[in-house]
Amino acid sequence: MLKLEHVNYEYGQGTELAVHALKDINLEIRDGEFIGLIGHTGSGKSTLVQHMNGLIRATSGTIYLDGENIYADGFSMKELRRRVGLVFQYPEHQLFEVDVLSDVCFGPKNMGLSAEEAEKEAKEALTLVGLGEEYYKRSPFELSGGQKRRAAIAGVLAMKPGVLILDEPTAGLDPQGREEILNLVASLREKTGMTVVLISHSMEDVAQYVSRIVVMNQGQIVYDGKPQEVFGHYEELEKIGLAAPQVTYALYGLKKMGLDVDTDIITLEAAADNIAAALGKYEAVSGEAGMNGESTMPEKIMRKKDGMTGKENESKDGGTMTGKDRL
Amino acid sequence: MIRDITLGQYYQTDSVIHRLDPRVKLAGTVLFLVDLFLINNVWGYLIATLALAEVIHLSRVPFRYIIRGLKSIILLLMITVIFNLFLTDGNIIFQIGFIKVTWEGLRTAVFMGWRLVMLIIGTSMMTFTTTPNQLTDGMEKGLRPLKYLKVPVHEVAMMMSIALRFIPILLEETDKIMKAQQARGADFEGGNLLDKAKALVPLLVPLFISAFRRANDLALAMEARCYRGGEGRTKMNPLIYNRTDKTAYLLIFAFMAVDIFIGRFF
Repeated sequence: MLKLEHVNYEYGQGTELAVHALKDINLEIRDGEFIGLIGHTGSGKSTLVQHMNGLIRATSGTIYLDGENIYADGFSMKELRRRVGLVFQYPEHQLFEVDVLSDVCFGPKNMGLSAEEAEKEAKEALTLVGLGEEYYKRSPFELSGGQKRRAAIAGVLAMKPGVLILDEPTAGLDPQGREEILNLVASLREKTGMTVVLISHSMEDVAQYVSRIVVMNQGQIVYDGKPQEVFGHYEELEKIGLAAPQVTYALYGLKKMGLDVDTDIITLEAAADNIAAALGKYEAVSGEAGMNGESTMPEKIMRKKDGMTGKENESKDGGTMTGKDRL
Repeated sequence: MIRDITLGQYYQTDSVIHRLDPRVKLAGTVLFLVDLFLINNVWGYLIATLALAEVIHLSRVPFRYIIRGLKSIILLLMITVIFNLFLTDGNIIFQIGFIKVTWEGLRTAVFMGWRLVMLIIGTSMMTFTTTPNQLTDGMEKGLRPLKYLKVPVHEVAMMMSIALRFIPILLEETDKIMKAQQARGADFEGGNLLDKAKALVPLLVPLFISAFRRANDLALAMEARCYRGGEGRTKMNPLIYNRTDKTAYLLIFAFMAVDIFIGRFF
């Protein structure tokens, strides 16, 4: 368990350029949690996670790892960094060895493992990220972008951390690469039972994976809770330059129009089912009204949607499609 | 830790010194350096120190910020002072075994140390108060006469400005890579000299790769904007001396004259 108490951090103390990057952060990360840390560029999220493995020392405040104060005398930073693995943004920029396997060995070797042990850990980590034996002896620089990133993540995994922090692991990847990395992280968590903190500026990315979302703005934690709870504040989120997933917007919009949908749903599939069900219910109730020449709710919604997206959405069979087909 | 290296970085604020024409600051710095090597008595050093203090005061760059830039040369400073202190022959003040301190040694050590500190602060005052772009503009215009001697002034100025521009970027990059490797358990501080040198490999390889990548990107971006050297290139803000600049020149020359006179002949 990782616990931060009243953590403050100031860049460039004593100059005109001093920036209060973190303001009184209190956060408790329990074992096995999957947390999404969300914030706009410059909100302090990267600075915050660098405190968690001791790369940055807080100006004031305390951090506890499993109840031990990491700033106490004799607390080994090396041990802290082994237990709290941090994958930086664009981690492929840290690759330096002649081949993938030796690069992944770098971490475990630094932890004092023998060459054979380190290699064993490295191979395990590479298997976890889906890089097979054929990659071991290849230069990390000739891999594709996504593979490089996997190799770099393996470099941290090879130290067997209990907490894995990933700083924008999907930055600069195409949609497919993004999904691959996110699925990889989710499967890693399932296989190893690690605590995972995923930094992102996109709610969309983390929504369907994490069990808890922490939102930061200007060095402070503004929301901390289940994704559904946090997304409910979508109007406030917009004010700080973030957005809830599109599904949330769609569901809240429908609810406003009088459709009985569940706004807590985050995944696309569940939302589609839910809307279809709600539409079915609605038609059953107001079916007669539709007969009398008034437009039914589905028609209203569809008309509105067509207006927004243009002709490509024009219904072919006169508005009898169900909500599910539409989505 | 790497953020502490303030040497050669611009300090953003508004002051008389910041607004001066870069040519004035360049010439002033060069003359100040020359002056430092010509003076050789306490009065000369005192006047130079006072002048520098006034420039610092006018520039509104916090003194603590300037001092931090000195950290990087502290080793060099110590070596200079110690060598001069113990290895100069002359009238002995005291002697313990083979270690002896002489009046001449003490004098040279103090002056050398003093001079070195002033050299560093003097030159950093220029970079603290002048953006790299201004600096190159100033150099390009100031050195224009050299063109007739077939010196590629514009190209040199451009290279200098790019090099200067890249210092903070590479520092930031170094900081980032260092942290990334530390997160994998790298240790940049402990161990003997050989261990330390070895520890640099995981830092230097990614750093070089990123420097080449950046250079490549920059070349492409310049090409895309049709950069083709200095021929026929005009400036958005051409450098023109105003009254303050002229006054500054006068003050610099007055300082030089007085300081060299007092510093050499008293």
